[in-house]
Amino acid sequence: MPLNFDLTDQQQILRNMVRTFAEKEIAPIAQELDDKEEFSYALTKRMGELGLFGLFVSEEYGGGDLGYLFYIIAVEEIARVDGSQAATLAAGNSLGIAPIYYYGNESQKKEWLPVLCKGEALSSFGLTEPNAGSDAGASRTTANLEVDHWVINGSKIFISNSATDISKVCVVQAVTGKRADGRNELSCILVPNGTPGFTTQTMHGKMVWRSSNTGELYFTDCKVPKENLLGKRGDGLHQMLATLDAGRLSIAAMGLGGAQGAFELALKYAKRREQFGRPIASFQVNAFKFADMATEIEMARLLLYKACWLCEQHRPFSKEAAMAKMFCSEMYHRVANQAVQLHGGYGLMKEYAVERHYRNQKLLDIGEGTSEVQRIVIARHIGVPGRTL
Amino acid sequence: MKIAVCIKQVPDTTELKIDPKTNSMIREGVASITNPFDEYAVEEALLLKEKHGGEVHVISMGPPQAVEVLKNALAVGADKVYLVSDKAFAGADTLATAYTLSKTIKTVVGDFDLVICGKQAIDGDTAQVGPGVATRLRIPQLTYVSKVREIDPEKKRIVVERLLENGREVVEASLPALLTVVKDINEPRLPSLLGIKKAAKAQIPTLTAKDIGAEENHIGSKGSPTWVTKIFSPEPRKGGGEILKGELSEVVPLLVDKLMETKFIK
Ligand SMILES: Cc1cc2nc3c(=O)[nH]c(=O)nc-3n(C[C@H](O)[C@H](O)[C@H](O)COP(=O)(O)OP(=O)(O)OC[C@H]3O[C@@H](n4cnc5c(N)ncnc54)[C@H](O)[C@@H]3O)c2cc1C
Repeated sequence: MPLNFDLTDQQQILRNMVRTFAEKEIAPIAQELDDKEEFSYALTKRMGELGLFGLFVSEEYGGGDLGYLFYIIAVEEIARVDGSQAATLAAGNSLGIAPIYYYGNESQKKEWLPVLCKGEALSSFGLTEPNAGSDAGASRTTANLEVDHWVINGSKIFISNSATDISKVCVVQAVTGKRADGRNELSCILVPNGTPGFTTQTMHGKMVWRSSNTGELYFTDCKVPKENLLGKRGDGLHQMLATLDAGRLSIAAMGLGGAQGAFELALKYAKRREQFGRPIASFQVNAFKFADMATEIEMARLLLYKACWLCEQHRPFSKEAAMAKMFCSEMYHRVANQAVQLHGGYGLMKEYAVERHYRNQKLLDIGEGTSEVQRIVIARHIGVPGRTL
Repeated sequence: MKIAVCIKQVPDTTELKIDPKTNSMIREGVASITNPFDEYAVEEALLLKEKHGGEVHVISMGPPQAVEVLKNALAVGADKVYLVSDKAFAGADTLATAYTLSKTIKTVVGDFDLVICGKQAIDGDTAQVGPGVATRLRIPQLTYVSKVREIDPEKKRIVVERLLENGREVVEASLPALLTVVKDINEPRLPSLLGIKKAAKAQIPTLTAKDIGAEENHIGSKGSPTWVTKIFSPEPRKGGGEILKGELSEVVPLLVDKLMETKFIK
């Protein structure tokens, strides 16, 4: 097949639909939610009604049965307007729905996916611990099999969508024993919220994603049936890493969409704002900023869509996903910075949406693998010698 | 109830660029959308269908890429869509367009109860095509409709509110009739995923001049008496206004004097 850069009509209609939704229903309340650090149940429900949860999940489990790129476009369009709602959507899909869809058994999928795809419930992904961040294999949370139950002890931190009233289940990575080589055996276990011994606490005071939910999780002799194991015992780290590979595409989509949004705000502002008797956009130093931003956004989109295309073709995409995640995030950083610069003092005020872009951008350099970790992943893929991880 | 809706694909911009040589719009590099007013027309048709049953037929005249707006109409719930596209239609003004659309409606929709259009297209802004279609179909025209108060397909009767500059007008008419609608009338829905999938699979029929039995000298540039000599954006008005201060009883006569001076009123 020849190269083709056109989106399908279907993808274009979805993009328009999500854009209209974001502009009409999210934009008017985004800053207020951000100010109040408030998670929006209403917007989450609306995203569910529009079918944005589980776009890539097959119809039999209540999904949209559309390709991965559809989902990426949806995240991109929401992030163009608000990072927090994009985070709720991206975490809900990539970290909540995806591991259950890809690794769950039939009864787990039947139990969880239909409600998750409706956006009526959220599932979370419990990997990070206070002492296991970039070093995700260093989890200390333990799960001991006692007769027919796992008994879980430990804690998790920074877990998206884990502590809302509609958070129903968490995929928890825990140490389930020792491997033959002496290293820890890691497995993933589904732990429903509300199970005795499992408590959550919303983390407050974030600089980024203020109206998305981030929780701390505590497990104290928390018992779940042994059937709650996700996939095979010992597959935990592999499942988590594969989930992150695909998840990186959605973080990249947030970078791309966010940069697009910040760019548009800056362009609109700089065409209107006059100083020295001319629109500030007409000063060459500023015009060149826009030329650079537009070019970088175009590059980011090509890289991300190519990574999605590889993913949809079931070809290896881990390297491209890491590249897209790193480039889109760092590109958003540069664009948001210039977008604020072009706004002058007004860009520092919460009244201007560009201020939120400037803050929200920073998460993308850190979450789901820091930029440094992406470089480690890329270096390993291209065969740079030496110990990379 | 059988409802026909006419929609147009327009450039997604408020800053139109005009080619000074041809006096036509520069469409290159500008994304296309459904004319926003037409989205309200489609929505009103869907709402009436949901209430009274029936079918919604959506028609667009334009180049082949206008199928995009028809796919959108399918995605929100239109039953049938038709693209009216032929080189012979090129260069049509509002007269030729109204003729072409009325011929299409008669051919494909046949015994319709209602035709709905947006009040105007955001590119040409003439607001002439809707009334032109009504004239050629020889049916009542209700323009600037902000509310359908009553509609009775059995008794062939409709009552609407028209949004006018100086208030609302309530008008009754017989069916079939043609409405042009304003933004106040409803809130257009977003397409559903199911609709998007349906739209993607749909084969959209294209009708040519021959298919609708159009007469050659009524369509395209041949059927268009309008002659565009020049298109330009008017200069913004210079010089700010003047604020008259004081008691109402003093400033009103002052204002009247000033308006008479400038011959705004006599
Ligand atoms: C809002 C938010 C939501 C989140 N959601 C989730 C979630 O849903 N689920 C989940 O499991 N986690 C989640 N996280 C956690 C996130 O993935 C981690 O914060 C991230 O992986 C980094 O870990 P850390 O914070 O412990 O930083 P650290 O790993 O301590 O890193 C600190 C610094 O050291 C650098 N560094 C570390 N190791 C190396 C190395 N080998 N070489 C070079 N540099 C290195 C890092 O790049 C970074 O700059 C979330 C975080 C936030 C802030």
